Amino acid sequence: MISPADPHMDTAVLEAKNITVRFEGLEALSRLSFAISPRRIVSIIGPNGAGKTTLLNAITGVYPIHAGEILFQGKSISGLKPFQIAALGITRSFQQAQLFMNMTVLENVMVGMHSRTTSGFFKGMLRLPSERKEERIISAQSRDILDEFGLISKAADMAGHISILDQRRLEIARAMAARPKILLLDEPAAGLTIREMEAMADLILGLREKGQTIILVEHNMRLVMAISDHLIVLHHGVKIGEGRPEDIQKNRQVIEAYLGKKV
Amino acid sequence: MKHLPLPVFSLFVIALPLILSNNYYLMALNIAALNVVIVIGLNLLMGYAGQISLGHAAFFGLGAYLSAILTTTCGFPVWPTIPAAMAITAVVAYLIGIPTLKLEGHYLVMATLGFNVIVYIVMIQLSAVTGGPSGFAGIPRLQIGGFAFDSDLKIYYLFWAVAILVLILSLNLIHSRAGRAMAALSHNEIAARCTGIDTETYKVKIFVISAALASLAGSLYAHYISFISPGSFSIFFSLQAVTMVLVGGMGSVWGSLFGAILLSLLPEVLHSVKEYNVLVYGFILMAVLMFFPRGLFPAGRSFCIAMIRKKT
Ligand SMILES: Nc1ncnc2c1ncn2[C@@H]1O[C@H](COP(=O)(O)OP(=O)(O)OP(=O)(O)O)[C@@H](O)[C@H]1O
Ligand SMILES: [Mg+2]
Repeated sequence: MISPADPHMDTAVLEAKNITVRFEGLEALSRLSFAISPRRIVSIIGPNGAGKTTLLNAITGVYPIHAGEILFQGKSISGLKPFQIAALGITRSFQQAQLFMNMTVLENVMVGMHSRTTSGFFKGMLRLPSERKEERIISAQSRDILDEFGLISKAADMAGHISILDQRRLEIARAMAARPKILLLDEPAAGLTIREMEAMADLILGLREKGQTIILVEHNMRLVMAISDHLIVLHHGVKIGEGRPEDIQKNRQVIEAYLGKKV
Repeated sequence: MKHLPLPVFSLFVIALPLILSNNYYLMALNIAALNVVIVIGLNLLMGYAGQISLGHAAFFGLGAYLSAILTTTCGFPVWPTIPAAMAITAVVAYLIGIPTLKLEGHYLVMATLGFNVIVYIVMIQLSAVTGGPSGFAGIPRLQIGGFAFDSDLKIYYLFWAVAILVLILSLNLIHSRAGRAMAALSHNEIAARCTGIDTETYKVKIFVISAALASLAGSLYAHYISFISPGSFSIFFSLQAVTMVLVGGMGSVWGSLFGAILLSLLPEVLHSVKEYNVLVYGFILMAVLMFFPRGLFPAGRSFCIAMIRKKT
């Protein structure tokens, strides 16, 4: 470890304790431990195949962990299903945008509110007044979110018909619609132009400004160094470094393993 | 504009018997209404849960035989028996759905296929209760107070009222929170789960609702025809229902309506080409599925929208 834990850090909102994830012989994550403080941008970096996406999948319950434990607000979430973890307040974007292409931009965000709302089959079929009221609230709040993310003019477009940048924005908007305690972003700037990347950086910083805790997986070092509060470096599923961006840039092991000529 | 199709269609349904000269078609339309109920339910499962059931004829049959046995043999009143049969069928579907829908993949197809075969054999073998291969006769007809549904015309209005009600409820459902969750899980299950949707429970619920609708159609069928036999509930009818969904268009409630009507009436229209009617029927099916793989209704709608855009 490079620098000692920041003494001013609040208590961790998410904590991984010695987690291990295996795929048929391959150990994608080995005895990984870290703690995430609230209202920060914590970035996970590392070369291809380091286990970054696997980590996000382990946190969200998509992959089971074979050993260790993940604590969210002090309670273990290991073994919970993805929908339960989402409902507790951890939502995400995906490395390859996973939008609901058969729906409009607005509907995608409305789905994002699923865990905060309650109407079920029968209320929906019968259009009961309570269901209508909830539906109006969902629709209004979703429009507010689209407005915030600069997508309101595309509310009625099909999700598959908007630009790549907008699709990534929409995916984050959908995740934010759940009002998560932690937002996980898997390479939100991949495939974007320099200018689009700047727009994405502003968007992420804007969320942090409002107090959102963010775990960011990102390859682009310029972006990562510019916006992160804290970095965790993975290599072959092992944490090889952790600390503030300026400390990481000085760390030799990290430079050799990953940053190489880039810095 | 968005709410126009429903009243237009309803008016058409109300007016149709007035211009129909032949009572024979009325009977075909009554069966078509029941098929609409089954096919809309099946489409919720196929179009929104990404699952296929090859056992809907069995659920249809459960409704019919439960109604027949409970009213005729046990002497229960007709109207309460219909929801009771639906509830029993729902429980059966739940027991099939719980183990199979939790697994990834298409285990439901196999389970429902097997279930249909079993139900069919039971209908034939358990002749003391079901009447066996020769069928179950003397099922009481529907009536409310002194008003008996004793003609095809009266049944027509009853069955189409039910079909339109199911249509409305299904349209409401797909535009609700639950409907969006269904659309989400059918399109991208991982994303749906990570968005907070309990996809397993949703799939089971959709399957149960779908089976209960088939049971409703079965009960109405039994009390309409007043005679049922196992032949109507074989795997072939399950396949027919799946075909109706595909021809109408997966995931389109209106498509199911038209798919069910079209394929229910087609054999009647093809009566004139007697020997070839199976051939022509099969050919039409193949052509639709080859040239309009999304189904006739979505294809037709896209075509109309394109024409309107061209003009303006
Ligand atoms: N579902 C899976 N089945 C088998 N192996 C997997 C699976 N998911 C990931 N892996 C393996 O685990 C290792 C870590 O993969 P992961 O996707 O987490 O890397 P990453 O750090 O996100 O890489 P990238 O920068 O390319 O996105 C890789 O060797 C990968 O092949
Ligand atoms: Mg990755």
